[in-house]
Amino acid sequence: MSTPAVTPPTVQFAETDFVRKKYRQELGAKCFFGAMAAAMVIPLFIILGDIFVRAFPSFSWEFFTANPRHAGTAGGIWSAIVGTLYLIAISLLISAPIGIFAAVYLNEYAKENWFTRIVNLAVVNLAGVPSIVHGLFGVGAFVYAMHLGKSILAASLTLAIMTLPVIIASTKEALASVPRQFREACWNVGATRWQTIRRIVLPNSISGILTGVILQVSRAAGETAPVMLTGVATFKLIKENGLFLYNLNEQCMALSMHLYYVKTQASGAPESLGYAIAATLLAVVLLVNASAIILRSWLRGRKKW
Amino acid sequence: MVKPKIQVENLRLSYGPKEVIHGISFEIEPNEILGIIGPAQSGKTSLLRCINRTIEFTAGAKPSGTIRVDSEDVAQMKNVYELRRRVGMVAPLPVGLPLSIYDNVAFAPRAAGMNKRGDLDTLVEKCLTQAALWDEVKDRLDSLGTKLSGGQQQRLTIARALSHSPEILCLDEFSIAIDPVTTMRIEDVLKVLQKEMTIILVTNLVQQARRLAARTMFLWNGEIIELGPTDQLFGDKPKDRRTYEYVNGIFG
Repeated sequence: MSTPAVTPPTVQFAETDFVRKKYRQELGAKCFFGAMAAAMVIPLFIILGDIFVRAFPSFSWEFFTANPRHAGTAGGIWSAIVGTLYLIAISLLISAPIGIFAAVYLNEYAKENWFTRIVNLAVVNLAGVPSIVHGLFGVGAFVYAMHLGKSILAASLTLAIMTLPVIIASTKEALASVPRQFREACWNVGATRWQTIRRIVLPNSISGILTGVILQVSRAAGETAPVMLTGVATFKLIKENGLFLYNLNEQCMALSMHLYYVKTQASGAPESLGYAIAATLLAVVLLVNASAIILRSWLRGRKKW
Repeated sequence: MVKPKIQVENLRLSYGPKEVIHGISFEIEPNEILGIIGPAQSGKTSLLRCINRTIEFTAGAKPSGTIRVDSEDVAQMKNVYELRRRVGMVAPLPVGLPLSIYDNVAFAPRAAGMNKRGDLDTLVEKCLTQAALWDEVKDRLDSLGTKLSGGQQQRLTIARALSHSPEILCLDEFSIAIDPVTTMRIEDVLKVLQKEMTIILVTNLVQQARRLAARTMFLWNGEIIELGPTDQLFGDKPKDRRTYEYVNGIFG
């Protein structure tokens, strides 16, 4: 390269008013956006702190491992914890595979035509249906039409239907984040779509897919209305600490429902009991999520680009 | 008369209502390097994608006419994956798959059902050597292909294209993202590979076409303006005035 013949104009690095104004703007913007981010965090800590402080008097070993007594005003919440875990596990075992595979079809195989447009439209609309409506659907479809009765299975299926569209949408998003050039490179060397999906697309989108599923854990655990209609009872005790757990055709208890019951129906329950149930519900969700988050960060560490 | 390796007859291609290739016909002889030049949007990449039928992955693309490889109509081929293995494809921008260097090269053979570690080792070494990359990466075959530099990734892409032993190698402006030294090394590789395969070289570098291609095609707006000896196209008197203007940077 030869030196350019023309001398470049001298650049002023002096701190002019214009530069000072830019720095002020930059500082202002940073503070503003930072404050918004902090506004997210502060309520979270206030809520969590408030719940745990108020719940503290009720915490005991018995609270977690014993069954409710005296119409829910005393005793523990063992049956409800187990019931919630059942509902989370069964509903996600149904909705996660179906949702992920459906999203793989929609994102990787489906051509743009009237059928996929209808499916995509259905996904978006289903995701926006209020949970109580899903509950009513569950009553009609699972409790009565499929003769499952009010049961864990009916409630889990209802939750599965509720979480399915969101899992499909989030999985599609994750799959679409894998650059198309990777796929084309695979097709060019004679790989089938399935080989491309298995070796390249899924390994590189799995952490995003799991994020979508993790978010649905808290929805499945927290919803009261749909499960109340389809299979959660106010009292359905199982043996404390026992290996004999729920049968799928029975009703069960759930933390969300129990919280609702204790705060509205059970008179004479100590103030701290409701908070303790809420804290436990949060802890259960966090524990289930934590395991998924650990898995995800391990997978993300292996992300390759 | 040698039997042509590729025969293209009246190839048309439309994306939806818009036709982008308007009925082109030409032949490529075995072990020839054919240069293709032409401005953006003239259908060069689309033409390559018609040959290995990856055009089918583009929604709304409708090719018509016939393309024959070894006298066999590609549209009639039952095993399209076999066709794509016979036609190697190198894209303009290097694409290191998010796999190890070894797995990048072993991807195609594995997809074709080759699983013996020993065979794969031999093949990976052979392809990386052919692509002039072996010496630089032989000690770190387990590291990520995506972490290589651009020039190295492009050679990795070429190694991957060679891994399925193609009879035809299509290079789509392979040198636009890499430095001149690497470009020269790859060009040397191509001269050797020419003995084994037919090469289609899409390039806008006049000198590159001159160095490598015996014949060159000027494709413009989906039509062949001129196809002839490279010297003629890049010389003072090509058959078509537009060729002269394009090559000398007068139009567009």
